[in-house]
Amino acid sequence: MPYGPHTPGDRAHMLDALGIDSVQALFEDIPARVRSDGIDLPGPEPELTLAGRLEALAARNRVGLTSFLGAGAYRHYVPPAVDEILRRGEFYTSYTPYQPEISQGTLQTIYEYQSLIAELTGLDVVSASHYDGACATAEAALMTVRATRRQRVLMSRAIHRHYVDTTRTYFAAARLTLDELPTLPDGTTDLSALEAALADSERPVAGVLLGHPNVFGVLEPMSEATRLAHAAGALMVSVVEPVSLAVLATPADYGADICAGEGQPLGISLQYGGPYLGILASTQALVRQIPGRLVGRTRDVDGRRAYVMTLRAREQDIRRDRAASNICTNQALCALAATVYLAAIGPHGLRDVAALGAARARELEKALSEAGVPRVHAAPYLNEFAVRIEDAERVHAALLARDVVAGLPLAQWYPDDPELRDALLVCATETTTSAEIQRFATALAEVRS
Amino acid sequence: MTDTLEQTTKIPAGEGSGTERTNRELEAAARENEISTPDRDFTDARGAPHRGDGMGPRAAVGPSPQPTLAELSRPGRGDGKLPHAPADALDAIPEEQRRARPLGLPELSELEVIRHFVNLSHLNYAVDTGFYPLGSCTMKYNPKINEWAARLPGFAALHPLAPDTLAQGTLELLYELERMLAEISGMRAVTLQPAAGAHGELTGILMARAYHESRGDSERSEVIVPDSSHGTNPATASMAGYTTITVRSGADGGVDLDALRSALGPRTAAVMLTNPSTLGLFERQIVELLDAVHEAGALAYMDGANLNAVLGKFKPGQAGFDVMHFNVHKTFSTPHGGGGPGAGPVGVGEKLVPFLPSPRVLQEADGSYRLERSGERPTSIGRVRSFQGNVGVLVRGYTYIKAHGGSGLTQASEDAVLAANYLKQRLAGSYEIPYDRACKHEFIATARPLKAATGVRTLDVAKRLIDYGFHPPTIYFPLIVDEALLIEPTETESLETLDAFADALLAIADEAREDPETVKKAPHTAPVRRLDEATAARQPDLRWSPMTGAESPCPT
Ligand SMILES: Cc1ncc(COP(=O)(O)O)c(C=O)c1O
Repeated sequence: MPYGPHTPGDRAHMLDALGIDSVQALFEDIPARVRSDGIDLPGPEPELTLAGRLEALAARNRVGLTSFLGAGAYRHYVPPAVDEILRRGEFYTSYTPYQPEISQGTLQTIYEYQSLIAELTGLDVVSASHYDGACATAEAALMTVRATRRQRVLMSRAIHRHYVDTTRTYFAAARLTLDELPTLPDGTTDLSALEAALADSERPVAGVLLGHPNVFGVLEPMSEATRLAHAAGALMVSVVEPVSLAVLATPADYGADICAGEGQPLGISLQYGGPYLGILASTQALVRQIPGRLVGRTRDVDGRRAYVMTLRAREQDIRRDRAASNICTNQALCALAATVYLAAIGPHGLRDVAALGAARARELEKALSEAGVPRVHAAPYLNEFAVRIEDAERVHAALLARDVVAGLPLAQWYPDDPELRDALLVCATETTTSAEIQRFATALAEVRS
Repeated sequence: MTDTLEQTTKIPAGEGSGTERTNRELEAAARENEISTPDRDFTDARGAPHRGDGMGPRAAVGPSPQPTLAELSRPGRGDGKLPHAPADALDAIPEEQRRARPLGLPELSELEVIRHFVNLSHLNYAVDTGFYPLGSCTMKYNPKINEWAARLPGFAALHPLAPDTLAQGTLELLYELERMLAEISGMRAVTLQPAAGAHGELTGILMARAYHESRGDSERSEVIVPDSSHGTNPATASMAGYTTITVRSGADGGVDLDALRSALGPRTAAVMLTNPSTLGLFERQIVELLDAVHEAGALAYMDGANLNAVLGKFKPGQAGFDVMHFNVHKTFSTPHGGGGPGAGPVGVGEKLVPFLPSPRVLQEADGSYRLERSGERPTSIGRVRSFQGNVGVLVRGYTYIKAHGGSGLTQASEDAVLAANYLKQRLAGSYEIPYDRACKHEFIATARPLKAATGVRTLDVAKRLIDYGFHPPTIYFPLIVDEALLIEPTETESLETLDAFADALLAIADEAREDPETVKKAPHTAPVRRLDEATAARQPDLRWSPMTGAESPCPT
């Protein structure tokens, strides 16, 4: 066995101590009817050949293309310092800090994570992490239900499709209602529809969820939406992309009660979808409703500063069926990645990431519109936007054949929306180069001629 | 150092080296340190503290407490990672949509960042630094090839929405991993999407709900769990809209079959069993238990957290479980990361296949792979998360399974069970072993007699283990055993380590009788001592404030 330390002598010694001849004696409590004899898989593979197999598999993925794909997962520059820290065995081979005296490293990094995300979002309470942006959003929606004791939430259809779908799955189970809010032609959520939905006093609303920027990359009228939600006694949830908070108004600025989002852009690699980082933050007023671990600062018996998991009565191991959530293992190492990333890149660096993405996106918009491919929506955007192009899926495939990933055909997510049938969602980040933008424009001209 | 540390304590300086230092020597060494290190907080040229209040002096080597990032920050430090954005980059963003408050992130040189986190890492106990017998968590060795594999650029840089033609390597890996897990568990099909065990539980229970509803069987409103179950089981039932019914365990630690029978009925949607149980015991009446569940028309869910005990010995799917989750971060060696990420794939029997979450990984007639399109399988419970799962974790799990092969996995379980029984045997004289039969990969010991005789509780024993260089086992879980220690050695720990750990526990039992105060005040050698958790909860301080950092506009 590859990582086992036992010599035949060691095993014999242990069997001897137990007074048995064979380890099989320890499995006799498994009723014969359900006992199996082995696993039908090939034998152990030596590291040398296994490494070759893995390299070959990885090489079958094609990752070096000119890509404008975003839609909830973004390619960013990650300083090598981040992985240097993630590779420390002291961090990645430890577990949940149940024994604070020998887990101060993990505990302090979680506290630092909470502090940094609180600074980014303006909200004071930050949970140690959730599975991803979709699950954090679903948890945020459930929080509004618990806090208001109402059964219905309103979710803009312009929130990431996977987040709406995931929240729908969670809500169906708990017999709660999720209504989607329509969007206007400019790409923002229809606030008059929001107002009308909130006015239905038969079905009071627990929470209103908007994406900012939304799935079309567009900035939403968050202040006005928040005002409407609060006027109806509902809580406001802002679903954010964290890098954007370096330059955009924070959830606290416009009065949101809860903020959820995907932390992947903060130093976490794409990895085909995970592990990522579910960000969940709230105002102080909701501290007892927030699910997930919280770390607090305290002192030890000698008065030394120290950190510990706190307000644990919200959690499954204490509260069981009355817990705020079933979450146990979360995404701690991804939260560490975000913490190191933010520390390494600093406030000016993060602002540059956001602003460079915006600048590159404007360059992209200009190049595409000169090629006869205009934006779909008119509202302001940050670094992601939808463009209209006839026969979008075919063009997308033709560009792929030229090694250009022309974003995401939105028909995949909105098959019934004629407005979006011929739309591609494209994004730029600080890693996007002018040469890539030119390649896109040139390839586009080729496939359309 | 306190005056309670008078007697000789064995402090293992390294595994098996058996170096002994008296506490007097340690104390003298500490005092020397204090004399040669200025015992005050430093301030910088501007009078700001270098180190936070109450941090004390730092040691040249070994663990040293750290100020926060905000305390270390000095405006003007840290640059050079990115080009600066053009001044007009944000002109299209309306004024009222812009960030109003300055962004107070810390400003540090890269060296300071690295030192901060490296020094913090020294405050952690980890599998890579020592024995971590945390029951129910399977803290086995995390092989390094797994880390290397997950970071191969082909895997790490793949966008989750990349067209299938660009993702054939990862799709093949996921497809094969699903099938390997199906073979290991005897389940019909597997989804790899859930991010952790609890997320797998929710996914599984939602499928059970969808199954009953598809049959028009909508009166089922209850999920049954044993009183020994993990907290995630009842919490999952609630999230899935069910009421939890708890059934007691029998005197032998198994689920009480009669109690289960009387709890079962037309309202039961599912029964969640952990097998081996959280007591480390195989359910000897598993056949009868499963029959009873099925006779009531309910589904049997297996919490697979303890699968490391029975690889190659027991396949839940073959035994009749309808649905189960795996903890890849336990059984298949992926690192626990200080609390995640993990992965919690779910296996299902034939009945539940139609309800698997979307998207599934499919193989085409030409051998290529693709993801199921949204809406392609209307019976699905839908999405349980964004994208495809914690793929980076799954790459590691795949690597582990391949490295072991079928025979290696079986050997791993045999060794894990052997080690647990050996350790149990070694402790039997000094600790109560409430269930005295062959255990699986973990076992319960209790400090009940010790507490009665000396007042030393399980918590104290656990904290004292820290002074001996070990991570304590899981304590006070499961809830049905007083003063429980749940000890899981895993198959990757050497006989020397197992013996050293047993010696430490035996020594602590002696100490408890001779000098209970030393044990009750432990740990004495950790970077911090016992914490004021009451104040932490009463006046929660959950974020540093104020954050220093950028107060001036960015240079553009
Ligand atoms: C018995 C048992 N069930 C379920 C879980 C939940 O798994 P996870 O922490 O991966 O969500 C755990 C682990 O903590 C466990 O020990």
